[in-house]
Amino acid sequence: MSELITHSAAKLAELLAASEVSSTEVTQAHLDRIAAVDGDVNAFLHVNTDEALAVAADVDKARAAGEELHALAGVPIAIKDLIVTVGQPTTAGSKMLEGWMSPYDATVIKKIRAARMPMLGKTNLDEFAMGSSTEHSAFGPTRNPWDLERIPGGSGGGSAAAVSAFEAPLALGTDTGGSIRQPAAVTGSVGVKPTYGGVSRYGAIAMASSLDQIGPVTRTVLDAALLHEVIGGHDPADSTSLTDPVGALVEAARSGDVHGMRIGVIKELQGEGYSAGVQARFDEALELLRGAGANVVEVSCPNFKYALGAYYLVMPSEASSNLAKYDGVRYGHRALPEDGSMTIERVMGATRAAGFGDEVKRRIILGTYALSAGYYDAYYGSAQKVRTLVQRDFAAAFETADVLISPTAPTTAFKLGEKLDDPMAMYLNDVATIPANLAGVPGISVPGGLADGLPVGIQFLAPAREDARLYRAGAGLENLLEATWGGPLLAQAPALGGVK
Amino acid sequence: MSEINRAAVAHLARLAHIEMTAEELDKMAGELDVIVDSIKSVQEVARPDVPATSHPIPLTNVFREDVVGETLSQELALANAPDAADGRFKVPAILDEE
Repeated sequence: MSELITHSAAKLAELLAASEVSSTEVTQAHLDRIAAVDGDVNAFLHVNTDEALAVAADVDKARAAGEELHALAGVPIAIKDLIVTVGQPTTAGSKMLEGWMSPYDATVIKKIRAARMPMLGKTNLDEFAMGSSTEHSAFGPTRNPWDLERIPGGSGGGSAAAVSAFEAPLALGTDTGGSIRQPAAVTGSVGVKPTYGGVSRYGAIAMASSLDQIGPVTRTVLDAALLHEVIGGHDPADSTSLTDPVGALVEAARSGDVHGMRIGVIKELQGEGYSAGVQARFDEALELLRGAGANVVEVSCPNFKYALGAYYLVMPSEASSNLAKYDGVRYGHRALPEDGSMTIERVMGATRAAGFGDEVKRRIILGTYALSAGYYDAYYGSAQKVRTLVQRDFAAAFETADVLISPTAPTTAFKLGEKLDDPMAMYLNDVATIPANLAGVPGISVPGGLADGLPVGIQFLAPAREDARLYRAGAGLENLLEATWGGPLLAQAPALGGVK
Repeated sequence: MSEINRAAVAHLARLAHIEMTAEELDKMAGELDVIVDSIKSVQEVARPDVPATSHPIPLTNVFREDVVGETLSQELALANAPDAADGRFKVPAILDEE
């Protein structure tokens, strides 16, 4: 395989700026890699060859002409197929949207185009981003590059697998309860959920609007910061978009100084339910951070034990409303009833029966239940109160700590099919990532090493609007760990399809 | 045990406009019962004095300037429609034939 695909985005940007390589070469190398290994990995639902190469050629021409270019111009990127794109299909991993062509670009896509980054294609996901394994995609599961018999996490398993299989240096994901961070953890990559409102949601197909957030999926903390600065910032098209400036994220990632940083270990996000291997890597990370001069303290967030319950009420409630628009009238799939009257109501029922998969139906019905008369106060109302309690826990914890730390996921990647018939077991994968979404605070997952040959993720959380702290702490831990490994964790990943 | 049974799921499925077979209703009733049982603990801490949070980072009065922005052309808006006629979305009968 070409050495080009092993470089970080930061390194590629340097080589491109110095005209040591062309964007065409870089983009072609990644398209070649996709052709070589994606039959096994299935990270991509659509490969955008022609447009990617056209953008690359355009950047090369502009550079030769001496035009001023964005730092990431010519560096290719993969896009989670929940984010709408003109010129490429957007499916949300659902039969409901198979063949649908968005008439508009998401705001983040406009920014990617403005930076002139070639889009390699659209990546696989659990249907409408509902799942923790990418097995709920209507187009087949994505496989974990570390072990093709295992899940790559979810819902953004495609983006995480694409990055960790060296099919793309950068990717975009979305995180509603951990869909960026948990896949990053189990594939040995880096994933960031920005502060709620820090990156425009305009053009991200909505699952749960008060929880959804777009963010970067990369192989290094610095690359995530570089991408975050491209996509972040205020957008008038998203009424929940913050007006704050993005912040000096790249600077924080380049520093990585954790000396004197107060790091709070969340008592409730370890121990029971977390595998021994995950706990061991977590304890080692704490030891390294202490050794580098961080002030590691323990914090307690007693209401986090109610967070999973609150999430599985708020998320389905919002999803059941958001997905009501898929009715077979204006766009998407339409199915006709097999018999009986052919009214629009029955066409809707047949369309939604045929277009949605089991997990989507489960969540729509659960949300309809939580919102229905007689249950609203007991379920949805109670869950909204738990959000307040979780926010208060965070506020108290951030009085004694600058950032919080926990394992990203309770276990390493499980086998395909292992939890498919047990929805509750699947939901428990997100127990450590969900509190951040309920409270709107930012989080990052960085590789923490291997347990039984599979990646473990370490999560940092910061107060809302303090995303820069994540990059500083994340880069600090990355530097410390890579010194012990003698290089990036992904250098230890097995070869794919006989290609290394 | 929660109160989710087959009849309840059938009612919810009607509200949500999803046709389901008897088999699907039974399977989902069992699954939802387990899920609701595991998540109803939220009621333990939802005391009356705790205010509800609907949005994690509150913003108020977000308005745009009252000027005409970008809109989709009729052609683009109809491009993905399952059925269209005369510049409009076309649907089956709204009322039953009987």
